[in-house]
Amino acid sequence: MTELLGSLFILASLAFFAAGSIGLLRLPDVHARLHALTKADNLGLGLLVAGACLIGGHLLLALKLLLVWLLVMFASAIAANLIARHAMKDGEES
Amino acid sequence: MEITLWHLLDSLLAILLLGLAWSALSGTDLKRGVVLFMAFGLLLSLIWARLRAPDLALAEAAIGAGLSGALLLLALRDREKSENKAGQPMSLLRLATVLLMLLLAASFALAYVTAVTSNTGGRLAGLAFGNLEQSGVSNPVTAVLLNFRAYDTLLELAVLLAATLGILALGSERRPFRRPGVLLGALVTWISPLLVIVAGYLLWTGAHAPGGAFQAGALLAAAIVMLRLGGMTSEQLPHPLLQGWLLASGIAAFMLAGYLATFHDLAFLQYPAGWAGLLILLIESAAMLSIALSLGLAYLGGSPSGWDERSSRGKRS
Repeated sequence: MTELLGSLFILASLAFFAAGSIGLLRLPDVHARLHALTKADNLGLGLLVAGACLIGGHLLLALKLLLVWLLVMFASAIAANLIARHAMKDGEES
Repeated sequence: MEITLWHLLDSLLAILLLGLAWSALSGTDLKRGVVLFMAFGLLLSLIWARLRAPDLALAEAAIGAGLSGALLLLALRDREKSENKAGQPMSLLRLATVLLMLLLAASFALAYVTAVTSNTGGRLAGLAFGNLEQSGVSNPVTAVLLNFRAYDTLLELAVLLAATLGILALGSERRPFRRPGVLLGALVTWISPLLVIVAGYLLWTGAHAPGGAFQAGALLAAAIVMLRLGGMTSEQLPHPLLQGWLLASGIAAFMLAGYLATFHDLAFLQYPAGWAGLLILLIESAAMLSIALSLGLAYLGGSPSGWDERSSRGKRS
């Protein structure tokens, strides 16, 4: 039962990753692309981690995966902010 | 042989790796090439993980993808913006390079086939696994690096030290970055202590699981890089005198351990029975600090500001 639920989570995460990748390739400017990428990455990775926790079945493993997710969210949110600010500055100059 | 999903994934990884390598080298935009090279390193570390070589995967992710990428990006920043295009080599030279690389690839393939198919002689891996219990550690990679072929690792540290001395001779460091915004500052203050903890963990766990001095040192160097990006000046590094001692400590610990053995009628670097585990931990701790500072100084790109003062003071006295 938990394995089935885990697989469902992972499948859902794949949809988010796919949406994020398509957004990165198709959206017109930096800000829109960042929007697609960070949203999809955070939620996609979150679902992936949730699925992996369910399938893994260890509390320690789940905590480690959770830590990975938190660190990636932390870093990606700040990286996205930095890129967006840089892009805005470049936009003003040109 | 049954084809599984893993085969599909592995071939996809291999094809992606070749594609990334090609696109990193073929374009003329150097910045794009560097970013692609970092992606290449990350993918390569995935492939090492798939080949069940987690030690290499860790080292590749930290050094190949992370630190090399940071160094290359920094080197690009040093150049004028107009120069950031790769020159196109002569077509004859290009053809010769391609031929040479093909020849190299063919000889690697031949070596691999010979190694897999021939049965003569004992395998070194079998020898290493057979003597693992005497090595003082249970991680075979650490046992090989720090015990069975300790001599090679000692010389590797010497090469690293020589390279660092070269960097120090280049002149003074690059200008530090200007103070970043609140967000990056927060990231740096949160991540750098975490990196130090993880480095310590990797060093300790290297005795029985993937990890060790090189990976831990690379992580510590990553902490230096992060702090530098966060506006750290070299005054915040340890005192120059201490830096010098730290740089040499890896080799010093190795040599000391090696010579101590000779007092007990053992060969150079032949650890006394029962002491191997402790000696390896001590050597690895010192080596981690040396490696971290070497890579960190490489990122600074020259001698930190205190070094010149120290040398001029030395001349006066």
